[in-house]
Amino acid sequence: MKTTIKDTLRSLFCLGTILPFTCTAATTLTIESWRSDDRVIWQQQIIPAFEKKHPNIKLKFSPTSPAEYNAALNARLESDTAGDLITCRPFDTSLRLYQKGKLVKLDDVSTLTNFSTMAKLAWQTDDGKDTFCIPVASVIHGFIYNKQVFNELKLQEPTTEAEFLATLEKIKDQGDYIPLAMGTADQWEAATMGLQNIGPNYWQGETGRKALINGTQKLSDTPYVNALTALSKWQPYLAKGYQAQTYSDSQTQFSLGRAAIYPAGSWEIGFFSKEVDFELGAFKPPVPTKGDICYISDHTDIGMGINSKSKHIKAAKVFINWLGSKEFAELYSNALPGFFSLSNHQILLNNPLAKTFIGWRSKCRSTIRNSYQILSRGTPNLETQLWSVSANILNKTEQPGKAAKKLQKGLDSWYKPKLAKAEEKMQ
Amino acid sequence: MLSNQLNKRWHIPFFIAPALVIYSLFMIYSLIESLKLSFFQTNSQEEMQFVGLANYFQLFFDATWSEQFWNAFANNGYFFLVHMLVQNPIGLMIAALLSIRWLPGRSFYRTAIFLPALLSFVLVGFIWKLVLSPLWGVSEGLLSVIGLGDWYAPWLGLENSALTTIALVSVWQFVGIPMMLIYASLLSIPEEIIEAARCDGLNAWAIFWKIKLPLILPTLGIVTILTFVGNFNAFDLVYVSQGALAGPDYSTDILGTFLYRTFFGHQLQLGNPSMGATIASTMFFIILCGVCLYLFFIQRKLTRYEL
Repeated sequence: MKTTIKDTLRSLFCLGTILPFTCTAATTLTIESWRSDDRVIWQQQIIPAFEKKHPNIKLKFSPTSPAEYNAALNARLESDTAGDLITCRPFDTSLRLYQKGKLVKLDDVSTLTNFSTMAKLAWQTDDGKDTFCIPVASVIHGFIYNKQVFNELKLQEPTTEAEFLATLEKIKDQGDYIPLAMGTADQWEAATMGLQNIGPNYWQGETGRKALINGTQKLSDTPYVNALTALSKWQPYLAKGYQAQTYSDSQTQFSLGRAAIYPAGSWEIGFFSKEVDFELGAFKPPVPTKGDICYISDHTDIGMGINSKSKHIKAAKVFINWLGSKEFAELYSNALPGFFSLSNHQILLNNPLAKTFIGWRSKCRSTIRNSYQILSRGTPNLETQLWSVSANILNKTEQPGKAAKKLQKGLDSWYKPKLAKAEEKMQ
Repeated sequence: MLSNQLNKRWHIPFFIAPALVIYSLFMIYSLIESLKLSFFQTNSQEEMQFVGLANYFQLFFDATWSEQFWNAFANNGYFFLVHMLVQNPIGLMIAALLSIRWLPGRSFYRTAIFLPALLSFVLVGFIWKLVLSPLWGVSEGLLSVIGLGDWYAPWLGLENSALTTIALVSVWQFVGIPMMLIYASLLSIPEEIIEAARCDGLNAWAIFWKIKLPLILPTLGIVTILTFVGNFNAFDLVYVSQGALAGPDYSTDILGTFLYRTFFGHQLQLGNPSMGATIASTMFFIILCGVCLYLFFIQRKLTRYEL
């Protein structure tokens, strides 16, 4: 009640004054997002925490459903009706918005220094000079497993490819459980939870990913063929009829306790923590041979930028700055277990499974999905090709070697690496 | 004199106008705009540039595009073939059975068979996906009951059976439409003709082939053309059950899903409105050609009997 009177008095004062610019009335900022699942968390935890510190700025979280987000946001930006703050998808989708002048350059945001070069990569221009969104969260790949089944069958967390396959073999032999909960009907699981999960260990994470962009390595080279071959070895351990098994089928299969291991992205943590009544564990992607350096796919997924047509760019910058703080990092990562802040702060997590996942960052080297930067700009799109190729390999309709050649052929048809270009110029 | 006549008939343009305006605005104008868009391409400065037939050349001759296009076209042809070989003969058969006067429960069957045509694609896709699911579906169990459990396969997930399965689901959904059209036209055959045939000593079988079928041929023609237009415009069922990538490995990709993926983009693939419009225009021409061929070579040869 007190605040209402105060607010009213303040607005009356503002209306009356001849110098409205000196007036400190609260500005309301609208946040565009595709994370409609997180509405409650934003409204009950994140926004109140920010507003407490900055009473002059009010926030409104207004999400659109994920499938419509890109199209709806584009339309709103074109017609100047978009919100002040824009949740950014990684790489090209956001880059295109920046190139069209829809997003503000953020180089003067001081908390940007709290992020590693790799964390910022997804929201920078190709040359890394301009940053247009602040990194918010990443998702990490690995394997979630049913601890009860592991105890029952006396299994250890596997660390190498051989151990992993031996574990799967044991579960299969015992016969009560499906070793791996995954299907190929939706195709993206095979690529995202399969190939991009274990792949970095074969192509040495960032080294291999950058080599593809520079053109020093090809998708038909040994590391990539090996990654595809490793994926093909999963086939005997999938459920009967996995070719028609969808993503939600796999989730249900695992949460009902029918399957022992679930190739996962950390975003599943929230769902499984709620749905499952047995204890969960997680192990990181197995390395090819014992003693190899381990790599994890720590994929930059969510960023936040400012609409260049916003009337409150200054206030929006205050919020963006706060997104780079330790307070936000801790609040966000705990409110949404499985979505990890990308900042360098040491934070404390409550969810044990999320803790396990984030713990890998200190043991292994982080990388992002290799098709996301630059390589999915043309047609055929590398990401889409990876989906169908990974699914085909698991369906045994394509061989890893041939598939790798097909991927490279697709890339060659439109992508000329910068290195090659430089060489051409020199000649 | 002429103006007098016009004055008397002013109500005709008056009542046609709203429909004409709406139709022109939403159908003809969009069609022309879409055709226009297929001659343009966005350049690196985000400007529209006139490129003539370049998009069409790309679609038909550039391996990246043509491979997908011909695959979708062939799949579409197969989809149509299944409907012609399964849906329409079954529709005809059911209609013939329903037109038997003494058949008990005719109206019940008629309604039951027509009902799926009223359901939404989303529902039909979902139901059948569930029925055929290897995890939760009833198909395997039902087959086991009659001793054919080993025949079961995850049909929607296998390259060589997915398209046939979807085509048959579509047949299940729409068999009611040819049935209704044929049934109506069977009912309009005067009883005296059948009576006369019977007096001449023809049995029911002969009456159907020699009297009824020739009389309903024009309706079968209409059914064919409706099936053709419907099939080459199809999109929803494949999209709902197999997604925009029309898996496995594009084996269920038809022109509609190819158009959708190209126009709106998919995952990291950004949408390409110009190529999308090119595919849409190509679909329009394919349907136009089909309809013209039908009109010139079949419709004109059909004999209509004065009943």
